[in-house]
Amino acid sequence: MKRVVISDEPISAEVALAGLSDLGGGAVSSFTGISRDDGGVTAIELEHYPGMTESSLMRLIDEAFARWALLGAAIVHRIGRVAVGEPVVVVGAASRHRADALEATAFLIDRLKTDAPFWKKEHYADGTSVWVDAKSSDDDRSSRWT
Amino acid sequence: MRLVYFAAVREAIGVASETCDLPAHVRNINNTIDWLAGQSPGHALAFQDKARLRFALDQAMVPLDAALGDAHELAIFPPVTGG
Repeated sequence: MKRVVISDEPISAEVALAGLSDLGGGAVSSFTGISRDDGGVTAIELEHYPGMTESSLMRLIDEAFARWALLGAAIVHRIGRVAVGEPVVVVGAASRHRADALEATAFLIDRLKTDAPFWKKEHYADGTSVWVDAKSSDDDRSSRWT
Repeated sequence: MRLVYFAAVREAIGVASETCDLPAHVRNINNTIDWLAGQSPGHALAFQDKARLRFALDQAMVPLDAALGDAHELAIFPPVTGG
């Protein structure tokens, strides 16, 4: 099972991961990224590159399947305006034993951060907004997997 | 060539996409950026720091020195910040 969903509606881990536990394996691992209150942020806004986004996320899942013994994987990502406290992304993987699902989950979120065409803007309580800068720490984590 | 812009690049230029007939000497992305920067103050602002830009040709990420070839769509955007 391979699932990629881009959603302009609120997402939940439960829906994003549905089915991963029914694939006959012994392990489901997941990561949920949540819109965070960084110094007065009230919401974030996510823009993406339709078409390339979906294909780049499916390519990451295909790569994860090639590297680990997976039974399923899912990536569900919000776009549009996301209030602080709401999920932005859910990544999950299922496998027979835990090591494959755990490592694949870390791979998927680390590489999503550097490879998938999303851009994040922070909105503040005073009405101002600013585009988020890419972090070198994200590049470092992503390059662990190359 | 269809050009598409995202995030701060899109805001600086003021449009999400446009179609341009590039001059014959423009053969790679670097040439394209230099030529586009002369098209308006917004383009100049968006492309003033090439090291801060990323590119996709027909929806595949490529480096600044990539040849345009027969690609139909060039996307220009800041480093990605999803997740």
